[in-house]
Amino acid sequence: MSERLLEIHDLEVIYKTGLETVYAVNKINLSLDKGKTLGLVGETGAGKTTTALAILALLPERTAHVKGEIIFDGQDLLKLKEYELREIRGEKISMIFQDPMTSLNPILTVGSQISEALMLHNDQNRSKEEIEARVEEVLEMVGIPAFRKKDYPHQFSGGMKQRVVIAIALACEPELLIADEPTTALDVTIQAQVLAMMNELRERLQTSMIMITHDLGIVAQTCDDVAVMYAGEIIEYGTAIDVFTGDKHHPYTVGLFGSIPNLEVDSPRLSPIEGLMPDPTDLPQGCKFSPRCPKCMDICREVPPTDYVEGGHRICCHLFNKEGTK
Amino acid sequence: MSNAAAAKTQSRKKSKKNSQLKEVWRRFRKNKSAMVGLVILVIFALAAIFADLIVPYERAIEQNGSVRLQGPSSEHWFGTDAFGRDTFARIIHGSRVSLSIGFAAVGISLIIGGFLGAAAGYYGGRTDNIIMRIMDVFTCVPGILLALAIVAALGSSMTNLLIAITIANIPGFVRLVRSSILTVVENDFIEAARSYGAKDFRIIVKYILPNAMGPIIVQATMGIAGMILSASGLSYMGMGIQPPRPEWGAMLSEAKDYMRTAPYLLLFPGFAILISALCFNLVGDGLRDALDPKLKD
Amino acid sequence: MSALIETKDLKKYFKVSNGYLHAVDGVNIAIDEGKTLGVVGESGCGKSTLGRAVLRLHEPTSGEIYYKGENIMAYDKAKMRELRREMQIIFQDPYSSINPRMSVQEIIAEPLIINKMFKTRAEVFDRVAELMDTVGLAERLSGAYPHELDGGRRQRIGVARALSLNPKFIVCDEPVSALDVSIQAQILNLLMDLQDELGLTYMFITHDLSVVKHISTEIAVMYLGMCIERAPSKELFKNPKHPYTRALLSAIPIPNVEMRNKKIEVIKGEVTSPVNPKPGCRFAPRCPHATEACTAETPEFREISPGHFCACPFAQ
Repeated sequence: MSERLLEIHDLEVIYKTGLETVYAVNKINLSLDKGKTLGLVGETGAGKTTTALAILALLPERTAHVKGEIIFDGQDLLKLKEYELREIRGEKISMIFQDPMTSLNPILTVGSQISEALMLHNDQNRSKEEIEARVEEVLEMVGIPAFRKKDYPHQFSGGMKQRVVIAIALACEPELLIADEPTTALDVTIQAQVLAMMNELRERLQTSMIMITHDLGIVAQTCDDVAVMYAGEIIEYGTAIDVFTGDKHHPYTVGLFGSIPNLEVDSPRLSPIEGLMPDPTDLPQGCKFSPRCPKCMDICREVPPTDYVEGGHRICCHLFNKEGTK
Repeated sequence: MSNAAAAKTQSRKKSKKNSQLKEVWRRFRKNKSAMVGLVILVIFALAAIFADLIVPYERAIEQNGSVRLQGPSSEHWFGTDAFGRDTFARIIHGSRVSLSIGFAAVGISLIIGGFLGAAAGYYGGRTDNIIMRIMDVFTCVPGILLALAIVAALGSSMTNLLIAITIANIPGFVRLVRSSILTVVENDFIEAARSYGAKDFRIIVKYILPNAMGPIIVQATMGIAGMILSASGLSYMGMGIQPPRPEWGAMLSEAKDYMRTAPYLLLFPGFAILISALCFNLVGDGLRDALDPKLKD
Repeated sequence: MSALIETKDLKKYFKVSNGYLHAVDGVNIAIDEGKTLGVVGESGCGKSTLGRAVLRLHEPTSGEIYYKGENIMAYDKAKMRELRREMQIIFQDPYSSINPRMSVQEIIAEPLIINKMFKTRAEVFDRVAELMDTVGLAERLSGAYPHELDGGRRQRIGVARALSLNPKFIVCDEPVSALDVSIQAQILNLLMDLQDELGLTYMFITHDLSVVKHISTEIAVMYLGMCIERAPSKELFKNPKHPYTRALLSAIPIPNVEMRNKKIEVIKGEVTSPVNPKPGCRFAPRCPHATEACTAETPEFREISPGHFCACPFAQ
């Protein structure tokens, strides 16, 4: 049995501004083993990025209220002081943001941006030369020739920039890498290059990863476990095999699959989910998906469903809970 | 059906036109400091318009040796100056000059600057280049110096003061209008309008200007404050309004000789300038927020 | 049946500081009435420029565009304006493509008013209400402003506006790329329904091959300003001939765990600059099968099987 790296219990994030209260993440439970990849799937506003930022404690303190437990390597990240968190950020957990164009500092060379990450977390007391050597090593690792470390971000194309971002994130050999839509801004052929590289590095370095994406294809290609999020809740959770092949699914997952054009099957029409994502300031009572659900029952509108569990596969839906089977 | 539909369209049409203005006003009203500024400005404006009813113009210009340099009293609320003229009357009548110079200068430079800026931003290329290079020449000289030079060359009078301030302020407006238009032209909805056959004039009036208006209105409101200040400054240096006509800057200039013996002479016109400038800025800020449809509530 | 719209050797170059950017470089397409041509390519391949050049929103550098058999490149401004009623465009970004200072009904009414389609305002607004119904916008939204609406609804406004003049031909420039998956499917279905109902002809521009598969009858793949492969939709997916098309197809991540260890034809390198391109095949620097002949001269765009064109000398 592999080791637990991250465990999230009843995580809740509420944004409070003077005028409204946004329920961004509502009591989610997650766990991630060492060396595994977890996919967080969902549409805009499902709470994926908020969850990631909560793990790194990067949410704005004044407006975001975080409750629950985030156990990483045995300690609760939510109870740590700011200086203790700084030790963890970048060194044990690092994050790759969606837009490579804006996540690099345009006035520093890429080499110095990587070495900065290394100098901030210099536990091994590396010398200047050793840091430089490590910079070159990391660049080569992500497929950029070492001599380009003296170049500035604008001299790189989008795909190359995202490689640099990944190089920075991996420089300190983190235990956990959070990738927030790392390839959404890239072209498909470049996306394929970057994903192939990430998969290879992950296997070589045994880094655990949380892959945040809206693309079910990417999840199928890279993830071991999958959590499908909707309106701040995890509505289906399990191994990739469970979620992609199993015969029981949350109606939202079914809708999500119906919405993507399938290259293998010939069907003239897509079967989308009707309606829109609920307003996070005013979530429906009962099941959050009930207003859009094609299989909505009376109970769904009133009582929030609980998890139906089958092995490691969790589905948060009344359909299965009632009699156990459909 | 057609009747009901027609009635519906009727009501829709009516409710629509003023709803946007109403919306802006509703949001503006929520901003307390902007409202305070607006109220004070309205009082100033009313005072300027009805100056003759409040206090006759004669009291502002008639010299009276027997009441020289008197402090504030029930007879002369703000005291009298070195020639025995009533300061209160001079401030009230001076507001006419200051406010009208402010509004007129902004109005004229906005029209000229807006036209040039819109042409530069919308047509680009050579038009843009020629207009902007001429503006560069103007901006090489500090605004107040340029105004001074113009007044010095033309002779000091109210009209010349107005011309000087206007010319000195045109380049700023050209730049502002051009840059706000450039950001709007980038949008796809301009291309969309062309795709269904809208002509240039309609595109500029219905698509570009309403979207570029926000910063321009704000700049114009705040500009009034600046223009009042420069008019006062020029008058202070003796290049603007000529005595005995009352003007706040000129009053300051005359009062400086009596700074120690009669400080109130400096205080009242100074406050008048300060408060009106401040209020225009507050209103400008409020307008900026109220005009942005994205900053809902 | 002859094509509704056809281009012959269409070129659009942009002048840049160090030469000419060949955005569209000699593209020949033809779309039959009631059909959809999918134009696929990665960013910078000139697909959006092609869409705008066909409508003469960007004046083409050279080439001919035939609409119903007439060369519209010879039309003057006034005649072109008239023709625009029949040719419309739907934009990618639902946020920048509609005027934020107008209400929903004003936006949709705008083309009707400009083209004087009706005599009275009441007639205009009746037509607007009808259009809103067609694209699935609730009537209560007619007075709403765009910032109050989400991306999907805004894109419906864009569709309604494009439909308002009863066009025959619509260029859809990545109409679903900025939307969430579930909303994407709603808009795609709407576009397909409208085509059935109104007999519209589409040119559907996208970077996402999986999106065009359902909606297109024919697909053209573009690379650096040139059309490198054109074939009926099914044929292209079943039988891609050009190495770039094959790479593009295999790069799509498939939502199926069993396909995880499928061999992906990852192509190396990145798109080269479209400024002053060298002669020869533009894909040659990245192509795994490139020979010296490929860089020597531009490969011919030839028909390798009925209806299937490809610009690769090795394709058969």
